[in-house]
Order: sequence, then C-alpha cells, then structure tokens
Amino acid sequence: MNFPALQPRIHTSEADFNPLKIKKMFPILQRRVHGKKMVYLDNGATTQKPMSVINTLTEYYEKKNANVHRGVHHLTELATASYEESRKKVQAFINAGNHQEIIFVRGTTEAINLVAQTFGRSALGPGDSVLITEMEHHSNIVPWQLLCEQTGANLDVVHIDDNGELNLAEFSEKLTPQTKLFAVTHISNALGSVNPLKELIAQAHEMGIPVLVDGAQATPHVKVDVQSLDCDFYTFSGHKMYAPTGIGVLYGKKELLEAMPPYQGGGDMITRVTLERSSYAKPPYKFEAGTPNIEGVIGLGAAIDFLTDLNMNQVQEHEEKLLTYATERLKEINGLRMIGTAKQKAGILSFVFDEIHPHDVGTILDQQGIAVRAGHHCAMPVMQKFAIPATTRASLGLYNTLEDIDILIEGLIQVQEVFK
Amino acid sequence: MNSELRSLYEEVILDHNKNPRNFNKIPEGRSHSAHGDNPLCGDQYSIHLTVKDDLIEDVGFEGAGCAISKASTSIMLETIRGKTTAEAKKLFENFHHLLTEEGEEELELGKIEVLTGVKEFPMRVKCATLSWHIMNAAISHDKETITTE
Repeated sequence: MNFPALQPRIHTSEADFNPLKIKKMFPILQRRVHGKKMVYLDNGATTQKPMSVINTLTEYYEKKNANVHRGVHHLTELATASYEESRKKVQAFINAGNHQEIIFVRGTTEAINLVAQTFGRSALGPGDSVLITEMEHHSNIVPWQLLCEQTGANLDVVHIDDNGELNLAEFSEKLTPQTKLFAVTHISNALGSVNPLKELIAQAHEMGIPVLVDGAQATPHVKVDVQSLDCDFYTFSGHKMYAPTGIGVLYGKKELLEAMPPYQGGGDMITRVTLERSSYAKPPYKFEAGTPNIEGVIGLGAAIDFLTDLNMNQVQEHEEKLLTYATERLKEINGLRMIGTAKQKAGILSFVFDEIHPHDVGTILDQQGIAVRAGHHCAMPVMQKFAIPATTRASLGLYNTLEDIDILIEGLIQVQEVFK
Repeated sequence: MNSELRSLYEEVILDHNKNPRNFNKIPEGRSHSAHGDNPLCGDQYSIHLTVKDDLIEDVGFEGAGCAISKASTSIMLETIRGKTTAEAKKLFENFHHLLTEEGEEELELGKIEVLTGVKEFPMRVKCATLSWHIMNAAISHDKETITTE
C-alpha cells in the first residue's frame, strides 16, 4: 500500500515553550478537586490529553469513521489514510528505518507479551535464558516468567544498587552464550533511573544477544532514536504520552519481525485462507489481527504531532528543570527519604517517610487537590530490594510547573502536621 | 486540614496509630490466631486472641501498615477484649455493614464510632476493615490468609 508523505510540521521556537500556555491546552487541568486547584503529578500512571487530541477523535467519528484496509468506498479511504499516516508519524517520532517495523498493539504490556510469545517461543529451549533487571515493571517480568515456564528456559536478573542504578559488572557477567534475549527498561517507573542503553545494547550485541527495551516512561519525556540505540525491539504506550488508552507500539527490526511466527490469528494478518491452511501477511500486518483500535491509532498520531510541535528537546529540558527544583525542595522535608537517586534520572520522584505510610500521604495530598500515586507501582521487586511496602510517587509531565512543585511541598508539610 | 480529612485522621485515630495498644504482643495462653494481608497496598497483620469459655480474655497484634489500618486494629482489639466471641462477631458485622452499606443506622459501636469517617474515603475502606476480617477468621479458626483487596 502506498500512502502520501507526511506533511512537514511547524516547530515551536525555543523561546515559546510556555508551560502555563501549554497547561491551558489540556481541558481537564482546569478542573478543581475537593474545592482546590488540581495539581496532577501522576503522569507515570497516565497522562492527560490536549484538546487537539480530543478534537481529532471527535473529528474521526464525525467525518471519517470506517473500517480500515478493506472496502472501496470513500470513508474507508479516509480512515485507512489516517491510520497509515499515524504509522508513518510513529516511524518518524522514534526514527525507525521503515514503517513496516511499526506494529500497533494495545500498549507496552501487549507488545512485550507479543515478543515473548512469538520471538521468545521460537528462540528459547531448556538451558537457555532470558536476562532482565531488578528494576523492571511487572509487564517486563511476568511475560518472561511465563515464557520460561513454557520453554524450560531460565530467568536471569541483573540487580540494582542502593541508588537504583544497574550493576554493570554483574550485567557483563550475566551475558552468556545461553542468553537469548536481554529485556530492560529505558527509564524506571518506580525509581526514575535512566539506563545507559547504548552501552548495554552494544555489549549484548557483541555476544549476539538481541535487546528489547521497555520505553513506556521514555517516549513522553526524551527524544528516542531506535536506529541510534540499535535496539532490536522497542515498546511504548500511547496513554503515557498524551494519547488515548488502549494503543501502543512495538517497534522491531525488519529481519526479526519477518522471522517471527504470528501472534494472534484472524482477519487482516493473512494473505490467503482455506479450510486446510492459511498464509500470512508480511509485517506489520502479520501482527495486526482483526479490526484495530483505529481511534487510538489516530489519537496517537495527533499526540505525536502535539509533541513534535513542542519539540521533544524542549520538553526534556523543561522537565529536567522541574526535576532539579523538586529534588532540591524535597530536601526541606525532614524525615523524607528519596527512593531512586541515580545520577541519570527522569522526572519521577519516589519517596518514603519514616513514620507515615504512603497511603496516608496520598490521601492527605489528594484532599489538597494533589494527585500522586502510593503503592508498589507494579514494581514489587524494587520495593522488596529497598525493604519497603510502598512509596509515594510524584511523576512529572510536560504541563507541570514550578508552582505545582511548590504546592506539592506545601502539601507534604501539611502531611507532617497531621502526624506530628 | 478540611473537615473530611479531620474526620478521617481524627485525634483518637492518630493516637492509636502513634501508640497502638496491645501491639507487638502475643497474649499469654493464646488460643486463636489469624493472618491477613493486602499485598497491593502493603498492610499486613497477625491477630492473636486468648479465649476461655467463649470469653476474649486477652488480645495482641503484630504487623505493619498505614495509619488507618493500624489504628483500626488497635481500637478494635481494645474494644473486644473482655467481650464474648459472639459479641465480637456481632461488632464485626455491624462495623462492616456501616462501612459498606448505604444508609445511616443506629448501631451499637462504642469507640469504633471514630472509624466511621472512612466511609467518605472509599479507597481506604479496605484499610479499616482488614484486621476486622482477620479477627473474625481468628475466632472461627479459619486457616486461609485474609485479604480485603
């Protein structure tokens, strides 16, 4: 299928990155919670959506909705063009070499399960191993555990130190001839640690070991270039990057995707079906069975336009400023201990108090209009490593401001007042 | 602090969280025990009871968790000490009913009244009710690990 080239975007100039102006583009951020101005600091869990994304969804259903890739009528052409245009936008956003390397799935979790059940099932046998790290989200642990149970392979783990950084010496040791895949997060959702991916991937490749990167917490916050990283698979979720829920991306190198067996069977992923046998389409369609989440794909395209217009370098710079400011101000709170103090961090601030449970912190902050998350953040091994049941986590988004941080600090002082 | 928060983190609750009664104590002649755990939030407790002729003579608990769960455990055990197992079960039913059902009912609750503020915080009800379920399981000699998640 041939589709027209992408329209060039007009970028915001450096001087124009204005968080207050940006905040106004997100209708939900204008609302109040418990009678207070809402300060949304739970972006690690999910992000809010700009009006441009919401409008794109409405426009799709008002003007273009039809099933894609089938039929010859006008609406199908419009819907299919929008759908495939989004695929090209994703390709450009992460600098993939080829649009056939972009597969639409439900989210990061599904992307990882897809790789485990197709690449993993064909590559692993008894005595082989998958290598992961101690800081992974459950979605980058459990699919590999299931795979190992199914194939008789082992799950190996690289541990982290008290700062939340990977033990690089242990990593090198654990790359063995039996290691068939290394799966690692780009940015830890519980700790904020940014992993030295280029170095890790280079070492793994020296031993012929392919690498899957969980990029769920990265694509909203930093510029991702999969060719530069040279990762074999890269996964991420729409709803964490200002796009709708229920949509995500698996990027895979063309040769790998071509060699992998299908994931789900059904319509669209075939070329021919008889009652005796079927033959399968090429990637990406081989891995896109059934009617896709068309609105999700188009919404993701709109979110990528939004981010591209803002310029990811500026987004990253803004969030780095916020992170530095927040980390400094949190030091003012007595009895507060940061969990996750890596040298390279993204805008995730997990912390504990000696005597106050994260749930109590979260409830009291909520009453002040401040949304944070309290719990294990789907990273129970991280909690076990630090011997804590849970943390309170404030996670930054591009619309957060220095004032939001000030309100958080005030809120935490209030928390201490309650428990004095 | 707004009035809803004040009703949740009420003086008595804060006191029982800071100075929990019968905490880190296994009562002498302990006859009943049960354990409970809300793994998604991290509250976990073991409840110990010394029961003779259906009378709860002594109580104790171990474990860790948020202020609501710890205070609830401490207040509950203080209240049921000296009562019969039947009275304790009735108290559990009343408390559970109050927190999970609609409607204002006049129920015999005593000190447990202070915990009713939790009703305004639906996400925290499971913190308040966990150890009640554990206590109920202990009395019934239930071997399953309890959870309210």
